[in-house]
Amino acid sequence: MDSILYFFIGFLIMSGIYAVFTVGLNIHWGQTGLFNIGIASFFLLGAYTAAIFSSPSPNLAKYEEYLWGGNFSQLTLLGVDIWFPIILLLSAFICILVAIPLAMITIRLKEDYLALVTLGLAETLRIVFINETWLANGTRGMYSIPRPFDYINIGNYDYIYFVVVLITLIFVYFIAQKATNSPWGRVLRGIKDNENTMIASGKNVLKFKVEAFAFGAGIMGIGGALFTHGKRFIDPITFEPMLATFIIWSMLMVGGSGNNKGAIFGSFLMWGIWTFTQFLPGFLSDANLRFVFVGLIIVLFQLYKPQGIIPAK
Amino acid sequence: MKKFDLLLDNKILSLIIIVICLASFLKPWLLINGILIGSLYSLGSIGLSLIYGNLKFANMAHGDFMTLSSYIALTLMMFLFPNSENSTSVGPFTFKYELLMVMPLAAIIIGLMAVILDKLIFKKLRKLNATSAAIALCSLGLAVSIRGFIQFIWGTDSASFPRESKLFWDLPFRIKIPPDMFFCSVVAVIIAIIFYLVLFKTTLGKAIRATSDNPDLARITGINTDRIILYIWFIGGILAATAGILISVQQALITPVMGWKILIPLFAAVIVGGIGNPIGALIGGILIGITGELATGWINPSYKPAVYFFVLLIVLLLRPNGILGNKGRQF
Repeated sequence: MDSILYFFIGFLIMSGIYAVFTVGLNIHWGQTGLFNIGIASFFLLGAYTAAIFSSPSPNLAKYEEYLWGGNFSQLTLLGVDIWFPIILLLSAFICILVAIPLAMITIRLKEDYLALVTLGLAETLRIVFINETWLANGTRGMYSIPRPFDYINIGNYDYIYFVVVLITLIFVYFIAQKATNSPWGRVLRGIKDNENTMIASGKNVLKFKVEAFAFGAGIMGIGGALFTHGKRFIDPITFEPMLATFIIWSMLMVGGSGNNKGAIFGSFLMWGIWTFTQFLPGFLSDANLRFVFVGLIIVLFQLYKPQGIIPAK
Repeated sequence: MKKFDLLLDNKILSLIIIVICLASFLKPWLLINGILIGSLYSLGSIGLSLIYGNLKFANMAHGDFMTLSSYIALTLMMFLFPNSENSTSVGPFTFKYELLMVMPLAAIIIGLMAVILDKLIFKKLRKLNATSAAIALCSLGLAVSIRGFIQFIWGTDSASFPRESKLFWDLPFRIKIPPDMFFCSVVAVIIAIIFYLVLFKTTLGKAIRATSDNPDLARITGINTDRIILYIWFIGGILAATAGILISVQQALITPVMGWKILIPLFAAVIVGGIGNPIGALIGGILIGITGELATGWINPSYKPAVYFFVLLIVLLLRPNGILGNKGRQF
């Protein structure tokens, strides 16, 4: 019975992490109409930033090829792990730093170009992290990554991490909701609906788009950091586009683009389908059929229900 | 001469061209390889550019059409010629005679599939007046589905056409060409020429160009644009399929992800040449091929995709309309 409970908690943790990404994507696509198919690049950046900064520097006893670890995990205040929120913000910051120049190059051009550039960035970053072993241990990956609140002992650590993910998700949702309902968010929706009216009413559309892209990328960075400290092991293969980009798109399509609640609902639903179809009998449990399913979900929802299950108001 | 001036009026761009010339002077064997590989990229990017220019969206499924064509050709070969493993190979090349018979068949299958997919998906999206990003998103979903389907049917392992090992051709200046690569490039060039003739010398080509230029005007003059769009998909599918099969012959390897991996150089080629410009796509493909190969002379070859990405970035920064600019001939 316990093992089922642990499995379920693990499932909730993963869905919660995906929900953070989906909220980030919702800022891009649902609110502003920015076509980002390189979620994996911000996923990877956030995850590796968290891993590199929180791990201790390698020593001779535990020889690693990588050179540098921030060892932030020693940073506590009155016994509380304040390093964890710092790492989350740092990951978000690095993602924003990369997102801004990328957006400035492409957003003034056709909307498809952003997709191509983000796609290329995801591939490029993965290759960089595979080849530069000094940076993050190459294909052997970073392991034994510190986790927050490790000293609280209640049997299963997953319960604690579930609470951590839940609090972060609520925090991200709150910020995203606040941004959506602000005048800034209304301008973004205006850009999505009709860019020319926004230009006519004197808004600097390019600036708003770059800001929205950076904001969404920052949220994705937080998601990446959450993933790292939950899994405690990352290598470049973790960031293959299937589980790091496409599935997040299907989550947003199902849940409802333009609606943060829908995005969170969609990620729980899609991750549920992804997880529990592995218990189907025979060939139905084949992982590749799930690929087909994810692709079809994107196409069918785009064709028949572009607003998703929970449409935006 | 006008096009040449266009190239030179940008200082940074001419600097890049000088660097490429210098690099190819130092390591000419890489230049030859680049041209040969680039001609294969050209074939893929001409089809991509045709669809991008006419239907106004980035078709993310193009790469997976290429992968699918290779697997279909492989299956047809096993099915139609079960003992092709033992048959003799063509002249100095590694592949068997049967492949040449199977190739057009697979190309037509992919072309028809593209037409059917248009009827099922893209036609509806056009009717819904979906934005180009929304259509591109659908093609992305399609790409994921096709790849899942390929991995479900043929497995995630790599495969290859029945082949026989052959010697490389040794030429002066350390140039070594695998005969296959030469063959693939020649076929690619021939198909590109045929495509050019269809586009600029036939009524169908004229209708395609008219539809691309101004669909409403084309409709008024009595062109059945819906039909023309089907032709575009068919031709695009055939180009993708031949490019896919030739690339897997040249690599001697078919993998489920190869089409996805090739998307970035293909799109870079399309944008370098200017979207919807067939000659531009041809030049762009060869340029991308040369740049990628030349870069391997000085940096780690596994960074090739990163090189393509940087070419894409530089082009978007300096000349987002392509190096031929808006003045290049459109479809």
